[in-house]
This record gives sequence, structure tokens and C-alpha cells, in this order.
Amino acid sequence: MPFMPVKFNLQKRVKLAQGLWMIYWLSVIVGILIFSLGLFFKVELRKRSEMMDNNESHLVPNLLILVGLLAGGVSAFGGKVCHDSLDPVKFAKWKPMLKPYLLLCCGFNVLMLFTALLCFLMQFAVYLTLAEGLKNSIKFYKDTDTPGRCFMKRTLDMTQIEFRCCGNNNFRDWFEVQWISNRYLDMSNDLVKDRVLSNVEGKYLMDSVPFSCCNPGSPRPCIQHHLTNNTAHYDYDHRIEELNIWSRGCREALFAYFSSMMNSIGVLILFTIMLESLDMAGLKYLATALETMEDPENPECESEGFLLEKGVKETFADLFVKMKMLRGGNEVEGGEAAEAT
Amino acid sequence: MALMLVKFDMKKRVKLAQTIWFLYWFAVMAGVLVFSMGLFFKIELRKRSELMDNNESHLLPNVLILMGLITCGVNAFGGKVCYDSLDPSKFIKWKPMLKPFLMFCVGLNGLLFVTALLCFVMRIPLQYTLAEGLKNGMRFYKDTDTPGRCYMKRTLDLMQMEFRCCGNDHYRDWFEIQWVSNRYLDFSAKEVKDRIGSNVDGQYLMDGVPFSCCNPSSPRPCIQGQMTNNTAHYSYDHYTEELNVWKRGCREAMVSYYGGLMNTIGALVLLVTMLEIAVTIGLQYINSSLSSLVNPEDPESESEGWILEKTVGETFTDIMANMKAMSKGGKVEEAEAGVATVS
Repeated sequence: MPFMPVKFNLQKRVKLAQGLWMIYWLSVIVGILIFSLGLFFKVELRKRSEMMDNNESHLVPNLLILVGLLAGGVSAFGGKVCHDSLDPVKFAKWKPMLKPYLLLCCGFNVLMLFTALLCFLMQFAVYLTLAEGLKNSIKFYKDTDTPGRCFMKRTLDMTQIEFRCCGNNNFRDWFEVQWISNRYLDMSNDLVKDRVLSNVEGKYLMDSVPFSCCNPGSPRPCIQHHLTNNTAHYDYDHRIEELNIWSRGCREALFAYFSSMMNSIGVLILFTIMLESLDMAGLKYLATALETMEDPENPECESEGFLLEKGVKETFADLFVKMKMLRGGNEVEGGEAAEAT
Repeated sequence: MALMLVKFDMKKRVKLAQTIWFLYWFAVMAGVLVFSMGLFFKIELRKRSELMDNNESHLLPNVLILMGLITCGVNAFGGKVCYDSLDPSKFIKWKPMLKPFLMFCVGLNGLLFVTALLCFVMRIPLQYTLAEGLKNGMRFYKDTDTPGRCYMKRTLDLMQMEFRCCGNDHYRDWFEIQWVSNRYLDFSAKEVKDRIGSNVDGQYLMDGVPFSCCNPSSPRPCIQGQMTNNTAHYSYDHYTEELNVWKRGCREAMVSYYGGLMNTIGALVLLVTMLEIAVTIGLQYINSSLSSLVNPEDPESESEGWILEKTVGETFTDIMANMKAMSKGGKVEEAEAGVATVS
């Protein structure tokens, strides 16, 4: 009793082949889309790798690039088979390859499921990497003369401007590090000496933030220095002032950006899995419909297409038997080899 | 004696029709490109219209949008005619329309060329509009409480950060206007009163710039205030300091941005014009080769194709003669009408 049989005449077969060919071309385009999204994700990670300590994991974008290429290739092959399926002569050469091809498609779907799962789960890793990397970035902001870190200031400034954020959790992170290089501090000045001596580590700390934290939407010119001192500025109360500098932290901003990207890519891959499954089902129907033609010489005859030759349980039972035979065969061979030696 | 005569047999005609059909589809895409470039330019002008006093001229993008749409339509029609040209029964219905259509195409090509020239010429009015608008933009920077101007500060800050520029010609432009609103000045403080009293207009001027002028690539934290006072900052010399704030003026930055955009669009429109001329000539060859078949019943017969039936000089004299005949015919009709009214 075949699984989900459907009767086909010539017209239905032709329609199925044409529809399936269109869906295969859609799958090729989706494969190209996944490839380019993987590339885009890789480029974005590279751009901000300085703020992730250069040790972010490139597993997900690499896997996406691979999956995109494979999807494109597999779907293009499937489309070619579909295109040739209406011509018995051409189809004869593809016939033997169909069974392994469908098994390959199954395996590919499993790989895509794994990739989609990774897309959703690797966000935690990205979050942790960002937290660590941003903390170090703020620490190295002032080291514009140290080779390997001289662009950290520029990168962090541009990130704060672009993502509209300030500091790691909030702007107060800047109060806890020295972000002015010692080269620009007059160490002979009493004020400077007082500040440096006022803390254990000898750092020049102040209640100020860099200019990149400033919010252009604020109605008054940006107040960067003496942020917690209400009397230093006219008509200023730091507790209720909201528009002066960005209130969001950069870790949250960057994570929201990357996580939305990864979520959308994951959803796209789930959609691709469904599309590929549809392709596989259609191809199986087409192949079986062409195989079970009652009169092979007459193209206009009726035929039956099905998904599985026997029922689901029977197919699984067959598979188990085959696997046992394979193992049994191996054991017998192993026994023979042992006897021979 | 026809202009640029070419002999055609069946194969050559088929090849010509196929090539010109292909080129027509390219031309349709080129029309879409022109349309989208016009749309993009319009959006860019709108985004910064606040900085141009809201009176920038939208002539160029509107013309581009219109020409893009017309080009698309004309080329789609031409492609359809090409596709049908190989089937004599289908071609019969297009035949009477071809001559006026080709005239229209020639006129369209002329318009496209004028559009390309317009792209290069409209830079100059844009420069003046930008100069005027930026000067006012800076003056209204502090008016964040005045309706209609409350977003000028944000627009100007975002523009200075995006285009990496400061002030109109250079950063010293900010020294000449008051860019801090009076709401945030403590008028009871002596320092404030001194500054306001020190100039004729009673403005609070300072040698400082807004934060958006700061250059993130500078190795030291940004120095915004007391910029001309070397002693106010450690190890600072404002004569030699180059990386602290952006050195370029915003007028120069915006003009070069819009100028580059207009140059690119102008060059692309010129390319599209050349493509259009090519397809028009191709269609004329198809038309003439199909109408000059030696044996109209036999599709495989030879034929000739040309651009103009007679030489250029003869064609012009023909056109002048036609026009004279028409104007004389008009005069005769007028005289007859005059005679009729008199009598």
C-alpha cells in the first residue's frame, strides 16, 4: 500500500514538472540569498571584531556561506532533472542518480536544521564576547600611541555615534576608567595631581564622557564634563536630564543589532528547509509517476505517483532489516577474516 | 541614393530583429535605472532641504523621473514591434505606426540629451542655494525652541558628523555667531555679561565649536572650547593642530557630494541616450528592410535596409518643400475663407 498515492495523466505530469521547475529556481535564488546574507554577516563581524577582542566565532557565517552554495547547487541540479523529465530519452540518464540525490537532499535538510539552531543559540556567545570586548575597548580608548590599539579610540567613537550608545552598560562606565592619555595631562598641575592621587590605582578619573556620547537631538549644546555636578552648568539637573547624552549602553545596542540579524537569518533558513522538503516531495512524485507508466511507449498513459513505496512503518522496518543485514554481513566477514588469519 | 544602404537576406534579418529585441530589453532596464536615479536624487534633496532653506529646485529629479517612465514605455513598445517583425501577419498591424513612432523616438533622444546637459548645468544654482542655506542653518542652530526650526540643530549636527565637515567655509564660522541659546546662559554671571557687552550685536560669542565638529581620529580627546587659547590646554598649539576638528567646510563637502551625484547621473543618461540612438537606428533598418522586399510573398527574398530613403541633403529639401506646401495650402485656405467672409 503506497504512502499518499496520486493518479497522474499526461497533463498533470506536465503541470507538475513545470511547477516543480519554477520552485527549484526559487530555491536557487533563496540559496543565493542565504550565501549573500552569510557574507554580509561575516563582514559585519569583521568590522566590529576590534570591539570583540578579535576572538569572535566565525562558525555561523562560514556555515551559512557553505549552506547557501550547497542549496544553490542542489536546487540547480534538481531543476535540470525536472526540465529533462518530460523527455523520456533525456530522463533515462538521470534516473539512476535520483535515489542517491534524494538521500543527499535529506542529509542537506538536516544540515540546514542544525544551522538554523546554531543561528538562534550562538547569540549567547555573541553577547558574552561583546561584554568582554567592550570592557577592554573602553580600557584601551586612551592608548592611541600603542601599536595594535591606536585605532581603538576611532572605532569606539564611530560605534557610539552610529549605534547611539554610550559606555558598556551606561555612560557611568566612562567614569571608572582613565580615557585621557597621560601625554595630554599636565602632571605639574595641582588639580591633576590631586585627581591622580585620589584613587588607589593612580588613574586620572573624572565625571566626563567623550564627545561621541553626545545626543544631537538635545536642545542644548552637549554637556560632556562635570556631568554629576549640577552647579557647574546653568539650569542643569543631571537626575532628570535625558536628552543630553545617549542613555543606552553599547553592549545592548550592538547585541540588539546582531541578534535581530541572526534571528532573521534563522527564520529564512527554516523557510528554506520547508521549500526544500516541498522540492523533494515533488521530485519523488514526478520520478515515481514516470516510472509506473503502464505503457512505457505511450507517453499519454496514466500512472501513479507516491511518496513511499510501502507505508511509513513498513519502510522503517525494511530499513532496520537492511541495517541489521549490513552489520550481520560485517560480523560474518569479520569472522571469516579472523579465521583466515 | 539611400543613406548607409545594407543588403539583407532572411538570416540577416532574423539576426537583426533578435539583436534589436535584446537591446530593447536592455533599454527598458536603462529606463528603469534613469527613473530610480531621479527618485534617489529627489529623496536626497528632500533629506537636506532644511539646509537649503526649503527652496531648492526639484526640476532635475522630476525631469529624470518623467524621462525614465517615457523611455521605459517607448522601449517596451519597440521591443514588442521587434518581436513581431519576423511574423509578416503580425507586423502588418504595426507597419502604419512605425514612421510616427520613429519620429517620436528621435525627438525623445533629443530630450534625453538635453536632460544629460541639464544634469551638468544645474550644479551652479545648487551651489548658491547651498551657500545661502548653510549660512542660515548655522544662525538658527540655537533656536531649538522656535517652531519650524527646532530640528535645525539636530540636522546640522548629523550633517557635520556624516559629511565630516565643520562650519560653512571652516570651523571659524562658529566663532562669529551665537550658537548657545540664551535659555542656557546665566545672565547674572559676570563672565557672560562681559562677553555680551564686548560686541555690538549683544551676542554671546566664543571661540568654541559644537561637538559634531570633532574628529574621532584625533589621538587626544576633542578640544571644543577655547580653541584659540593655547594655554587653556596642555601641549596644544592651535596653529599646528590638524586632527582635532574637521578642517573641511560643509558647503564644500555638500557641493562635492551633490556635484559628484549629478555628474554620475549625467554620464549615465548620456550612455542611455547612445543606447536609445542605437535601437532607433536598428528599428529603422528593420522597418526599411521589411518594406523593401524584392518579392513580398516570399519571406526568404533579399531586401535592402537604410537609415534615410534619400541622402541627408535631399531629405532636408523634401521636408522644406513639404512645409512650404503646407503653409501655402494654409494661405490658400485663409484667402478662400477671407473671400467667403467678405462676400
